[in-house]
Amino acid sequence: MSILVDADTRVVVQGITGREGQFHTEQMLAYGTKVVAGVTPGKGGTETLGVPVYDSVLEAVRQQGAEVSCVFVPPAFAADAILEAIDAQIIGIVCITEGIPTSDMIRVQRFAREAGTWIIGPNGPGIASPPSCKIGIIPGRLFTPGPVGIVSRSGTLTYEVLAELSAGGLGQSTCVGIGGDAVPGTQFVEVLELFEDDPKTEVVALIGEIGGADEEIAAERIRTMKTPVVAFIAGKTAPPGKRMGHAGAIISGGQGTAASKIAALEAVGVPIAEIPSQMPSLVRACLER
Amino acid sequence: MKIHEYQAKGLLARQGIPVPQGQVAASATEAGQIARTLGGRVVVKAQVLVGGRGKAGGIKVVDTPEAAESAAGEVLAMRIKGLPVRKVLVEQACDIASEYYASITVDRAARRNVAILSRAGGIDIEEVAATTPEMIAKAHIDPAVGLRPYMARALAADAGVPREQWGRIERVLCALYEAYIANDASLAEINPLVMTAEGALIAADAKMIIDDNALFRQKALAELREEEEDDPLEAEAHRRGLAYVRLDGDIGIVGNGAGLVMTTLDVVQRAGGRPANFLDIGGGARSDLVESALDMVLTDPNVRGVLVVIFGGITRCDEVARGLIRTMAERKLDLPIVVHLTGTREEEGRALLAGSPVVPADSLEEAADKMARLVESRTQAA
Repeated sequence: MSILVDADTRVVVQGITGREGQFHTEQMLAYGTKVVAGVTPGKGGTETLGVPVYDSVLEAVRQQGAEVSCVFVPPAFAADAILEAIDAQIIGIVCITEGIPTSDMIRVQRFAREAGTWIIGPNGPGIASPPSCKIGIIPGRLFTPGPVGIVSRSGTLTYEVLAELSAGGLGQSTCVGIGGDAVPGTQFVEVLELFEDDPKTEVVALIGEIGGADEEIAAERIRTMKTPVVAFIAGKTAPPGKRMGHAGAIISGGQGTAASKIAALEAVGVPIAEIPSQMPSLVRACLER
Repeated sequence: MKIHEYQAKGLLARQGIPVPQGQVAASATEAGQIARTLGGRVVVKAQVLVGGRGKAGGIKVVDTPEAAESAAGEVLAMRIKGLPVRKVLVEQACDIASEYYASITVDRAARRNVAILSRAGGIDIEEVAATTPEMIAKAHIDPAVGLRPYMARALAADAGVPREQWGRIERVLCALYEAYIANDASLAEINPLVMTAEGALIAADAKMIIDDNALFRQKALAELREEEEDDPLEAEAHRRGLAYVRLDGDIGIVGNGAGLVMTTLDVVQRAGGRPANFLDIGGGARSDLVESALDMVLTDPNVRGVLVVIFGGITRCDEVARGLIRTMAERKLDLPIVVHLTGTREEEGRALLAGSPVVPADSLEEAADKMARLVESRTQAA
C-alpha cells in the first residue's frame, strides 16, 4: 500500500530530453517505474530510452494513458509546463525544478486545486512507493518496502534518513518530498491526512526545517491522528533573517525557528530526533507499541 | 532581494501611489541643493538595506537647506548595522494627521498573497500583531481575480477606516497590489501611509522585497542588486552563484543539499564545534564547482578546519574528491579536512582520497566529532 503513486502509476516526464530528464528517467525505468511517455515540445515523434516523446502532455495522456507527470523543466518555463499538465487532465504532478517564482506557484496552485490535481514540490526530490515506483530523483537503492511513511522538505537529508531507516530494517510505504520552497504544492498536513488513511503506513517520519509554519500546522492535526509521527527538524543553528539555501528556509520576524517547530511538535507528543541517526530508534519504538 | 526606500517609492509612484516630493543624494552638498529646491521642512533619510534606521539616527527632520546639508553629512558618514550609508533620500516632510499601515505579502500557510491594512501605522507591525491584533485587517487575494476595488473597500471597512477615506485607501491598495505583482515582490509595504490634514494619502516610507527566484525576468530590478550583505564573503559568494551564509565559528562547512547542510551545522554545534558558514553546492556539482566552494570557505580567515558532507544522488563522490584533491594541491593546505562521502561513486571517491591527508568519517556524527576535536586540539596547540 502507499499513497499517491504505486506500481501501476503511468508516468510522463516533461523535459525528458534535457540532461536531468535523461539521467533520472533512466534511473526511474531501472527502478521499475512505468515511464510511458516523455514530452519535449518540438521533439514529438522521436523516442528516447525506449520511451516515446510527444510535443504535448495532452498527446501523452491520449496516446499512452499518462496519469502523473514528472517535471524537469527550467524555472522560466516550469509554470507553463505544470499548467499544461493540469489542463491535460493529469491527476498528479511531481515538480523537481528549483527556482520557480513564488507568484507562479501561487497561480498554478490555484488552478491545480480547482482541477483536483495534486502537486508534489517544487524544489523537491520527488516521491516513491517502493518497491517499484519512484518518480523524481531519489536514488532507488535507498528504499525498501515497509510500514514507514516519510514526508520531508529536504532532498539529500531525506536520503540520509532513508539510508538509516532501510539499514535498520524499517522499510517505507511512500516517501514524499514536498520540497524546500515557500509555497509548496502540497503541505505537510495534507500528506499526513493521506498517511492517516493508508492502512499500510504504521508510523510517519516527518523531516522539517526552518521557515514558515507548515510543521506547526501539521502539529495541530497530529494531535488527533491515530498514526504516530516522529520528526527531525533541521536548522537549530540557523541565524535569523538569512535564507539557508532553500527558498522557504528563512526565519523572518522571529517566526519559523527550529525551536518553535520542535516545541509545537513535542506539545502534541511527537518524539523529536536530535540528529538523523536517532530516527530509526524513534520509529522502532512507535512500531513496537 | 531587498531594494532601497527610494527605489521602492519609484516603483509605487509608477502605479500612481503618491509619494513625497524628493530626490536621492550621494553627497552632503547635493542634499543641501535638493533641500533648497524643495523648500521648507525636509527629511533626510539614510538609504540602507536594513531596518531601524530611525533608531540609529539615520533619519533627520530639518528646516533649512544648511541643516539638510549638515544632517546629510552626518548620515552619509554612518554605518547602520554594519552597512555604510552611501545615499540619502531628501524629501518634503509630510504634514501628518494620521498614519496607516498597508502591505501585500505572501501568506505561506494559505498559499495566497494577502493584503494587510491597519490604522496603527508608523509602528512596527509585528508589535501591533503582538499587542493589538484586532487593529489589523487582512484579506487573502485569489490570484485569478486580483485585489479588486470592492475587496479593498471591504478591507478598509474592516480596518475601521472612516467612510470618507475609503476611496483613497482603495486606490492605494489596488495600486500597491499592481506594483507587487508587476515587480514579482514578496513584500510591498507602506508604513506609514500618511493621511495629511487635507485628507491626502502619501506613502511616507516604502519597503519592497523582490522574489529572488523571479530576478531572471526582472532584469531592470536585478541590476539594482547591491551588496545587501554586510559581509564581503557573502557578497563574493553571491557573485559566484554559491548558496553561502557566513557564521562566526571556525569550522568551514561544505555539503550538498540545504537540509543536509543545515543539519551538518546542527550536528557540529552539538559536538561542541562552531560552524563558520553554511554552503550548499547543490546537486550534480562538478569538481570545479567543488573547488570554487572550498576556495570560498577557505577565504574566511577564521576557518581552522573544513568539514565536507556529501550524500550523492546525482552528485558524484569522485567529482567531489577530485575537487578536494586539486584544492589541497593548489593551496598546500595545512588545516584538517574531514570528509563523509556516501552515495553515487562513494568507493571511487574514497579511493581517490585514500592517499591524502583527508580524515574520512563513516557517519555524520563521527565526522562532526572528529572535526570538532581536531580543531580544538589545533586551537590549544596554537
